[in-house]
Amino acid sequence: MKRPMFPRLLPSVLIPAAFATLAMSSGHVQARTGQEVLQQQCVACHAVSKPQSLDLERLWQRKGPDLYYAGIKFNQPWLEKWLQNPTTIRPAGVMPARSVRAAADKTPDTIDPSALAPHLALGKDEAAAVSAELMKLGPDLGLVEKGAFRNDPPNVSMASMLFSKLRGCASCHSAKPGNGGSSGPEMYDGGARLQPDYVVAYLRDPQKFDPHVWMPRLDLNDADVQKLAGYITTLKGEAK
Amino acid sequence: MTRSLYLLLTAGLALGALPQARADDQYVQATRLYNTYCVQCHGVNRDGNGVNSRDMPVKPRDHTDTKAMGDTPDETLLKAIKGGGLAVGKSILMPKWEGVLTDDEMKDMVGYLRFVSKTTK
Repeated sequence: MKRPMFPRLLPSVLIPAAFATLAMSSGHVQARTGQEVLQQQCVACHAVSKPQSLDLERLWQRKGPDLYYAGIKFNQPWLEKWLQNPTTIRPAGVMPARSVRAAADKTPDTIDPSALAPHLALGKDEAAAVSAELMKLGPDLGLVEKGAFRNDPPNVSMASMLFSKLRGCASCHSAKPGNGGSSGPEMYDGGARLQPDYVVAYLRDPQKFDPHVWMPRLDLNDADVQKLAGYITTLKGEAK
Repeated sequence: MTRSLYLLLTAGLALGALPQARADDQYVQATRLYNTYCVQCHGVNRDGNGVNSRDMPVKPRDHTDTKAMGDTPDETLLKAIKGGGLAVGKSILMPKWEGVLTDDEMKDMVGYLRFVSKTTK
């Protein structure tokens, strides 16, 4: 799928640039610590600690995906790389209803790129520092069972069939660029991005992570959960 | 004469506008839920042309289809929302929402679908 380009720079991109210039002119070039970046920038759009109320209104108000369990969700190498070169993960943004527009002539709705904000990019050192900080978030919340993913020998063709047809995942998630639904996060680099135990936990009960999230609880049997998680771990395509 | 015409018009407008306003009030919450959980597939216009419908092998139900929706009883609509497509012999691509939406929210959604499809009794 072709990605929309965003010509405008967000203030959040400009401010650190100004900071960097200031720091350089005064002779103190110092990368911020991960915690500093988290508190100065990430929090503007992401929850880095568990919100007091997880109601539907919050899901409508939030600007970016929750990061308060990032440490049990993401793979650190992927985070480091992505933060330096952020690409689209959610084609319709974090709340699809805000970006979808009706199309004329009874054709499918389209995504309005002006409703989406680009993610800022970090330099190498800060990306590493922030990733390390993010990896500390979430292990104490009891959301994921360690070792839940059994890593059975994958049956890719069967699992692919489950994903695209039998369980309907492809309606919202794309396993191949340009194919499948666009309201959910893209899955074609899901294996690089996500920890397998997280995928298992999320598939079993998405509402454990957020009681109002629209990822349906499919009541998959454990064999299907393992097959689908195994399939997703094989998806390591470069995100664009 | 002009004055009475004006009064008549105002009264007419008020009468015409009222049911609409009431209907909107009544469905605020269901509209919100529809836009959260259903719009991705059933579409901004509620006619089955959601952003995901492009690549779906089964087109999502057109909720503005008065004939088809009128032929579907409330119990069937509720069952489809609650248990998903499989519960009513339809596509698995319609997921079940039991456990995400409450019973009351799902009942309200049936009422909202009647409003959208103009099949209110």
